[in-house]
Amino acid sequence: MRFLLVEDNQGLADAIVARLELDGHVIDHAADLDTAAAFSDSTDYELILLDIMLPDGDGRTFLKDHRARQTETPVIVLTARSEVSDRVNLLDLGADDYLTKPFDFSELEARVRAVLRRRRGAASNHIRLADLGFDPLSGTLSIAGKTTQLRNKELRLLEVLIAAPDRNFSKAKLVDRLFSYDDDVSENAIEVYIGRLRKRLEGSGVAIVTTRGVGYRLTLQ
Amino acid sequence: MNTATVPASGSIRRRLIVQLVAGAAVLAALLFFVVQDLSRRLAENAQDNVLIASATSISDAMRVEGQAITVDIPYSALSMLGSVSDDRVFYAVLIDGELLTGYENLEGPEGGGAATGRYAGDDVRVVAVERTLSVAGTLREARVIVAQTRSGQQAVRATIAQVAATLGVGFFVLSVVSGILAANAAVRPLRRLTGSIARRGPDDLRPVTAPAPQEMLPLVSALNGFMERLKASLSRSEDFIAEAAHRVRTPLATVRTQAEIALRRVERPENRAALREMIRAIDESSRSAGQLLDHAVVTFRSDTLEQTAIDLQTLAEETAERLAPLAEMRDIDLIVAEDSMPAPTRGDPILLTSALRNVLDNAIKYGPEAGRVTMRSYVEDQYAILSVEDEGKGFPDGEQALTGRFARGANVGGIVGSGLGLTIVEEVVSTHGGQLILRNHPEGGGACVLLCLPYLP
Repeated sequence: MRFLLVEDNQGLADAIVARLELDGHVIDHAADLDTAAAFSDSTDYELILLDIMLPDGDGRTFLKDHRARQTETPVIVLTARSEVSDRVNLLDLGADDYLTKPFDFSELEARVRAVLRRRRGAASNHIRLADLGFDPLSGTLSIAGKTTQLRNKELRLLEVLIAAPDRNFSKAKLVDRLFSYDDDVSENAIEVYIGRLRKRLEGSGVAIVTTRGVGYRLTLQ
Repeated sequence: MNTATVPASGSIRRRLIVQLVAGAAVLAALLFFVVQDLSRRLAENAQDNVLIASATSISDAMRVEGQAITVDIPYSALSMLGSVSDDRVFYAVLIDGELLTGYENLEGPEGGGAATGRYAGDDVRVVAVERTLSVAGTLREARVIVAQTRSGQQAVRATIAQVAATLGVGFFVLSVVSGILAANAAVRPLRRLTGSIARRGPDDLRPVTAPAPQEMLPLVSALNGFMERLKASLSRSEDFIAEAAHRVRTPLATVRTQAEIALRRVERPENRAALREMIRAIDESSRSAGQLLDHAVVTFRSDTLEQTAIDLQTLAEETAERLAPLAEMRDIDLIVAEDSMPAPTRGDPILLTSALRNVLDNAIKYGPEAGRVTMRSYVEDQYAILSVEDEGKGFPDGEQALTGRFARGANVGGIVGSGLGLTIVEEVVSTHGGQLILRNHPEGGGACVLLCLPYLP
């Protein structure tokens, strides 16, 4: 997905861009309001990350203009201010969520995910494979008209596998994607989630296959 | 909060009232005496005029008949005196000092006029009228003296004195009341200013804009200037704390991202292990920096504790909504129990949110994956209580020792943490006059954290 990042701190911006690119998003970075306006006029973004204090003005002005144009693009505000009144003000102006600097990147990731899910309607990013319907944003599976809700780790595991069917993923890679580095997990923990996901996928014509000594892959039966 | 006691150098209001009342008393007394004196003189004048008229009419009634002088006292001369009151009337007509008719030994002022004297045991007002008569070529001095007792006049004077006294007292009371009102009115703008400043929260450093009397403008502008400087200094401190944490965490975030990118590229297990270890260390530093920031903010804000009405149930619901995305990362259900009830208290919303967030961070971090964290608000024993339960391993023995700075439980396994979290919570709660209780759930064995704050509806 394509995101716009408006942030004047080069170090922080580089880190955010690198981090979100790891998850496969494309990020345009604007260091000031002028550039940000130019970007958002020419491209449709799925999400805007907006800093409040910028060299050429206040991010809230941008937010107000943005909402005045009736655009639906969700906005997450990155703010260094910790005053409650500011937060209320931000949400009034039409921000979808906010993060107070300094923030954890896992929190940024979680909030991006939550906002996208909340903002986008169903069927927006539907993946069909054999008899399987999969909506990564809402985390729902539909098999033969029956819809089930995936838990977070199952969802992320399926996201990784479905992005490249028939490609083998090692346990180590999957652990990297599923667990935060805070969690002290052995690579065998991944087997639990593979097992659960296999149950979920029963009857869909899609299966997870173990390749001994290599890893797992998603394949059509 | 401590309030320094300033020695009071008298009260403006009391001083004003005392001055106004003293002035009113002097004026009232003066009024009383002036009215009394005036009335005495008026009454005397009136009596004198009647007495003189009476004496004159007697003197006019004197006739010279041959060698003798006769006087036929006209009825009207005495009746005009009698009509005034029940006072007794005395008169005497003397020719060259010899009593012609009337009362003996009645003496009037020499040469005519009016005077006060005593006669027959009574105070009398006495007038004398003199006249020269020619009897057979000889000039004879005739003298008419009329006197009247003064009880009627005294009665009138008593009535007037009473009226004067009533007038004086009334004037005094009126002056005192208006004096107190005036003093209050003079002090009111001062009180209003004091009230508007006293009612403010400690973070409300906006200048005073309410209109103030001209005499108070220098005070108000001095106060505004002071608050301006205080605000600048406070926001510098808060900015500094935030900036410091920001400066530490941003480079850490950059390094972490680079390490993650590297981790995706390398295959050799020992390199991967090293990179993972590096990321964990960075996360720990970053979280510590965040908590140090929290801790600094708590210490800083505790000195000027804000007092806003806060409902713990609302706080729980808002925080649950806010942290839901984070809890979801570990498939943890963050819920507010159905049987929660409003639990009002007062305090600093930023601090309480920060405390609750630290508790929930712990619960999310140490609780089992796909578990449940339950918040519940209730009121018990004059405490508004917010409990947070998880389904994790619970606290090891000696839970209260965990709230010491940098203390961590022995059973945390490989989970990253700086040990500052509960210290922050403890400080926030005790700053608000409450108590932090840590215990393990009797059945499930999970950790249960109770934030007990004063119940203030």
